[in-house]
Amino acid sequence: MVYAYYPGCTLHQQAAGFRDSTAKSAQALGIELAEMPNWQCCGAVYPLARDNLFGVVSAARNLAAAHDLGQAMVTICSACYHVHKRTNRLMATDQDARAKLDAYVETEYDGSGEVLHLLEVIRRDIGFDALRERVKVPLEGLKVAGYYGCLLLRPQEELEFDDPEAPRILEDLIEGLGAEAVTFSHRAECCGQYLSLSNPAAAHRCSGAILRSARRAGAEVVVTSCPLCFFNLDEAQAELAREDPEFQPLPVLYFTQLLALALGAWEQPWLPAEHQVDPGPVLSRFKLPVAEPAGSEE
Amino acid sequence: MSRIGVFVCHCGLNIAGTVDVERVTAALATEPGVVWAEDYKYMCSEPGQQMIAQAIEERKLDGVVVAACSPNMHETTFRIACAGAGLNGYMCEIANIREQCSWVHADREAATRKAVAITRSMVEKVRGDEALVPIKFAVNKRALVIGAGISGMQTALEIADGGHEVVLVEREPHIGGHMAQLSETFPTLDCSSCILTPKTAEVGRHPRIKLLTHSEVVEVSGYVGSFKARIRRNPTYVDWGACTGCMECMNKCPKRVPSKFDCGMGESKAISVAFPQAVPYRPQIDRDSCIYFATGRCKVCERVCPTSAIRFEQEPEYVEEEVGAIVLATGYDLFNKALVGEYGYGQYPDVIDGLQFERLLSASGPTAGAILRPSDGKVPKQIVFIQCVGSRDEEKGMPYCSKICCMYSGKHARLYRHKVHDGQAYLFYMDIRAGGKGYEEFIQQGVEEDGLVYLRGRVARVFPEGDGLMVWGEDTLSGRKVEILADMVVLATAMVPRHDARELAQRLKVGTDAYGFFSEAHPKLRPVESLTRGIYMTGAAQAPKDIPEAVAQAGSAASKVLALFSGRELEHPPIIVELIPDLCSGCGLCVEACTYDARSIDPVSRLAVVNDILCQGCGACAAACPNGATVLRNASREQILNMVEALMQDE
Repeated sequence: MVYAYYPGCTLHQQAAGFRDSTAKSAQALGIELAEMPNWQCCGAVYPLARDNLFGVVSAARNLAAAHDLGQAMVTICSACYHVHKRTNRLMATDQDARAKLDAYVETEYDGSGEVLHLLEVIRRDIGFDALRERVKVPLEGLKVAGYYGCLLLRPQEELEFDDPEAPRILEDLIEGLGAEAVTFSHRAECCGQYLSLSNPAAAHRCSGAILRSARRAGAEVVVTSCPLCFFNLDEAQAELAREDPEFQPLPVLYFTQLLALALGAWEQPWLPAEHQVDPGPVLSRFKLPVAEPAGSEE
Repeated sequence: MSRIGVFVCHCGLNIAGTVDVERVTAALATEPGVVWAEDYKYMCSEPGQQMIAQAIEERKLDGVVVAACSPNMHETTFRIACAGAGLNGYMCEIANIREQCSWVHADREAATRKAVAITRSMVEKVRGDEALVPIKFAVNKRALVIGAGISGMQTALEIADGGHEVVLVEREPHIGGHMAQLSETFPTLDCSSCILTPKTAEVGRHPRIKLLTHSEVVEVSGYVGSFKARIRRNPTYVDWGACTGCMECMNKCPKRVPSKFDCGMGESKAISVAFPQAVPYRPQIDRDSCIYFATGRCKVCERVCPTSAIRFEQEPEYVEEEVGAIVLATGYDLFNKALVGEYGYGQYPDVIDGLQFERLLSASGPTAGAILRPSDGKVPKQIVFIQCVGSRDEEKGMPYCSKICCMYSGKHARLYRHKVHDGQAYLFYMDIRAGGKGYEEFIQQGVEEDGLVYLRGRVARVFPEGDGLMVWGEDTLSGRKVEILADMVVLATAMVPRHDARELAQRLKVGTDAYGFFSEAHPKLRPVESLTRGIYMTGAAQAPKDIPEAVAQAGSAASKVLALFSGRELEHPPIIVELIPDLCSGCGLCVEACTYDARSIDPVSRLAVVNDILCQGCGACAAACPNGATVLRNASREQILNMVEALMQDE
């Protein structure tokens, strides 16, 4: 099955590691992600005002384009997923909004297409039990904190992604890769979002609480599917370490990077320049078994 | 030529405010056949009824139309008034000019014209009416009570003490319901068992109570005074007649299972009796966990039984009971806690519900009354009680208040403090609803004497922290976030209808509300009757309620049954359909149209027949009949056409 792949802006800028690990993982899993031509920024935020549709015009255009391709849209960024899924539902359920958006975008799209997160595609098309059999580098003993953030889970009646109070999908993925999913209190608390621009201290408090709670639960690494969560969690750590000498840094990764590593699709699925906290020390123990003895020098 | 009287009611200003009552009276006075018309401020009052009676006698009326409120309101009142004056009550008809006219219109002129038309059409109806007498039928003076919790047992005992035989059906192998699981009861803290077990014993030995445990009512037919119930007796795999209750089988059974009676807090065996005071004190085999049923080998119980009472081959048996009245007392279930994922019930062993906490408190429970938390058996030093879990929660739970949780959470916390003196109890609440005799005082004592800490606010999340549970909540009175590291969390979950209450309601043709609680005929004036005559309800099957209320309602239901059984015969309203056999083709459309099972095709004559007692006089079959063979009494085709014509007339 071919999907209309919507990478989103961040992936072509700050999150090349997310982009490339997604491409390599999808290829290894046989999920065909065909990047949509001429896609536009999703708007990044789903507007709270119900009578202002400008914020979703761009998303509506993307959705109509995917529908014209006859493909379900797949995204990996939490924000892109959130905005597209909700806009799609708006067009399917609100006649008035649909008429306005269609008139503005000059399409006749009715919200009947599908918007999926890559996690949902894996859950549906492959299944986490079957995923276990595709793993070449089981991440045995690795304790992973699956961090959901806000945008993947709520509002549940619109996203229909997972139980927002007791989500499972990241844990299922982590366990499917042979790692150990740790349950931590702050897995769906806010990371501080755009406060990192206007009030960095407040954002650091939010991120710090998440990282400390993951650490208390024994995590060695945190995974997320949101570039903004990634930024906040990763970037805050230098400051947190300055304030608190006890603070132990915790590497942050996109879930696809762990996926690519476990599938043997990418030997070192991160770009050091993109990480404040280097995941190397934690992840370098997981390597593809190599045939020649010369390959293993340690 | 008929002599009809018309009586127009002002209903204070309810009708007169919108309808020109005098004009209606004057218009009707000129109708052919109307010999008397008058109006009065309150026709239903004693003077109003007197006016009607006087007119009947003085003007020799042979028909009466009262233009007033809905017939649901006062039709019976006026018919009795007419009968008192010597006029057959069925010669009195009500023209509804309140609910269907004055209340729904604002234009006085139009409303008056409509009131005239409505009243005129009823005059046409009365013209064609016949004097009718109620149908008398016999009543079988045995009662069926479904459910043997406190409410059902109390109903059964009161009917039986009143001199009538009762069939008491209980799904579980023992009686007592949820009350048997409770430790102490609020607001007196008297032990639940001490007040319950004398009753279970009395039910067990009462000569007029036929107790059918491990049984379910699967089918009900018939009508008030003459119901037939088919009851399935589920196998216990033990011959209870041969069994002496020595419980050697339970002692020797190798298969341990979580105890259902202890809500998983303790252990039981695959063959067991739920608790030591159970009535009847007889064991049953849990087929799903029994080794023999799974593998075909074991039979330890059979070997050790001194009276050879084990019967692995037992099958369900069906029995039929004929009764005159049925009381529903099926009780409640607890809300599905998986729907509130943030509290982690089922995920963290030390998050339990109120009923599980009762089992920990109970002297006959798995810990013999010691408060020990499930995960490691330690005495919890900090307990958080969360109220309104699933109650008053439109988003995830039930919009209603479960009514008993404020009281039992307060009770739990107090009993905990009485047992663990250095322990601390926190209670998160929305409002404290302690309406009831001695209830508010009980809550206050909890705060003042037992040092309970009440926090007004909701809990957002519970998650493990070390070997405890971190509880995030808010205290809305101080406006602060609260974090409590607790050893144990107790959820006061909503009371919900039994999972299969709707199916039972369908089988008995009684209504349920939006949630599945049985619907009473009137929320204030007929609180224990269903809309199906002869079927009553009591206890938490009708709505969440506590023990005192469930018992009071049981008495009320029993007195209704006793009143029904007090006469030799019952009466059924004579407004039912009749068949003109010569016109009937036996097509069966009336059978399809009837929702009361009152119509059928006679297998011999191949013609339709009417069950007079089941017929509610709705007229659906009369409308469906293509041949005009079915006629609703006092609503003949001719009458209806005349009524329509009267409605079409100009004033």
